[in-house]
Amino acid sequence: MGKSLFQKVWDAHTVRVLPNGQTQLFIGMHLIHEVTSPQAFAMLRELNIKVAFPERTFATVDHIIPTEGDARKRPLADPMAEEMFQAIERNTKENGITFFNPETERQGVVHIVGPEQGVTQPGTTIACGDSHTATHGAFGAIAFGIGTSQVRDVLATQTMSIAPFKVRKVEITGKLNEGVYAKDVILYIISKLGVNGGIGYAYEFCGDVIKNMSMEGRMTVCNMAIEGGARVGYINPDETTYAYLKGKPYAPKDWDKAVAYWNSMKSDADAVYDDVVTFKGEDIEPMVTWGITPEQAIGISQSIPAVSNEVMAEALEYTGFAAGDKMDGKKVDVVFIGSCTNGRIEDFREAAKYAKGRKVAAGVRALAVPGSYNVKKQAEAEGLDKIFIEAGFEWREPGCSMCLAMNPDKLVGRQISASTSNRNFKGRQGSSTGRTLLVSPVMAVAAAVTGTITDARKVFGIGG
Amino acid sequence: MSLGPIKQVIGRAVPVPGDDIDTDRIIPARFLKCVVFDELGGQLFYDVRFDSEGKSIGHPIDKPQFVGASIIISGDNFGCGSSREHAPQAIKRAGFNAVIAGSYAEIFFGNCTTLGIVCAVAEKAVRDELMKAVEANPAAEMVLDVEGSKVKFNGKEYAVDIKPNAKKAFVEGSYDSLAELLNGLPQVRELEKTLKYSFV
Repeated sequence: MGKSLFQKVWDAHTVRVLPNGQTQLFIGMHLIHEVTSPQAFAMLRELNIKVAFPERTFATVDHIIPTEGDARKRPLADPMAEEMFQAIERNTKENGITFFNPETERQGVVHIVGPEQGVTQPGTTIACGDSHTATHGAFGAIAFGIGTSQVRDVLATQTMSIAPFKVRKVEITGKLNEGVYAKDVILYIISKLGVNGGIGYAYEFCGDVIKNMSMEGRMTVCNMAIEGGARVGYINPDETTYAYLKGKPYAPKDWDKAVAYWNSMKSDADAVYDDVVTFKGEDIEPMVTWGITPEQAIGISQSIPAVSNEVMAEALEYTGFAAGDKMDGKKVDVVFIGSCTNGRIEDFREAAKYAKGRKVAAGVRALAVPGSYNVKKQAEAEGLDKIFIEAGFEWREPGCSMCLAMNPDKLVGRQISASTSNRNFKGRQGSSTGRTLLVSPVMAVAAAVTGTITDARKVFGIGG
Repeated sequence: MSLGPIKQVIGRAVPVPGDDIDTDRIIPARFLKCVVFDELGGQLFYDVRFDSEGKSIGHPIDKPQFVGASIIISGDNFGCGSSREHAPQAIKRAGFNAVIAGSYAEIFFGNCTTLGIVCAVAEKAVRDELMKAVEANPAAEMVLDVEGSKVKFNGKEYAVDIKPNAKKAFVEGSYDSLAELLNGLPQVRELEKTLKYSFV
């Protein structure tokens, strides 16, 4: 009987079964950022405990850092943000932890920095005090979002106490229609399986659609596993994975040995799964959310369904939309392209392709925020920044930006944003009455240039 | 780390109805700008408790009859979204020691357990009845019997479910696992040598 990658990685990292019945699991690579780590370091100081394996933790600063050039000058204008910045500088320095900071131009959103530095590798366990850590599963790593007490545990012991998961194979067969992207795939999956459908599961994404997807696309899919309730999402590594990793700063030096290990960790053909679901790639169209959870998403041709539960009623009351409405034609005030979901080079390339020669509609504020210095530099080398600026976008410095509004980028009042981020929760983008419509980068460009949610395929003549 | 066992939680309860109450709702992101958790209690559910001028808009936890409650009763998928431990920290610092809900997001559940907040699962019919009974009699104390997996209120008993691992940890007082993880450090160092990858 074969094993899934999840089981193989879990077994290879199991230290022992703890008296509480959970597994003491070794975390091969730990990522930290300024929001969920300072309290963990404070706890360690109080207990006089040292970081056990500082070479297995990497840090960056992303949530609170302003994305406007001048606003990044230290000290930051917001004293609390400055204090958090200083805390991670001090904590990494005192403990010998590598800090991908703005000065070294390696800073960025934590889930973008890990892969581009090559510390995200197949067959590893990864943890980070951030729920979107499943992103790293795109490389065939088992990556967990954790809380601050667990950040403390990982710093102190490089392990955490955790119970094993069931594994659900989520297969997407066939191929995607033109103008349909990874973001649409994951929104579609969540709309079908629900925001709590994945509780207790790791999702193994597979099928031809995934096989033919770039690493950037795979990261977008795994990134949002948690939005479907699955704490872990992953994809078996293959040549696409290895080609992405090759040459990255922390890529293994003994490459052939590493590839042999990675291949050995793939799910066996006869692996046993706790559940299998299959979707057809051809059934997916550009998606957009209409409510207050990522499950509340529909295809651009569809209408908001009739209210069948309290959360739907609550969502419509909050957004001001009505059952039966199409999202096609809804006005937007703000467009945000960026975040750990869609802030990678491919996202900006694809968005720029359609922003080129067009103008952001009057009255719309449009932000393009690269996920890291690397993404920014690559985009600028390709001239993408100029395309966005000429179209009327603000081209920003790297950070989490308007995904969660812990920095100056925020919605105001009841504004509606077409956003490439991952959460449309009430108040998520910084205004307690603001509304977020989750879309792909190309749908975001369509919203920017028309001022409304609209089928990007029609606006740009894609696939027609 | 040396924490007392939690065999039961006794206190008044407050119904906070709704499914998918996410951690942004529990503690909005702007309150995550802190390097200590101390202030979070007053910011619990902030955006659904206060208007833009900071005036109460009548969230259940601010209703006079529920002030001082220590058990939250809510819906399905409680605590979904961000991994921020600030959410359970806010709940705990606002004086709550237990939640009774239909289900929990996993990261949130783990964070709560580590902090000694008991997350019990109850079926919808049970929650609906409990919410009604608590509304009718808000001054009465509820007993959440962790070991016995039941809730006692107003002379009636209701079955709830508490995950076996969590229950064991509460009853033994071992819900903060750091001490036990540290005990395993020699084995951790042995396992590290068997790994096929490193970053140095």
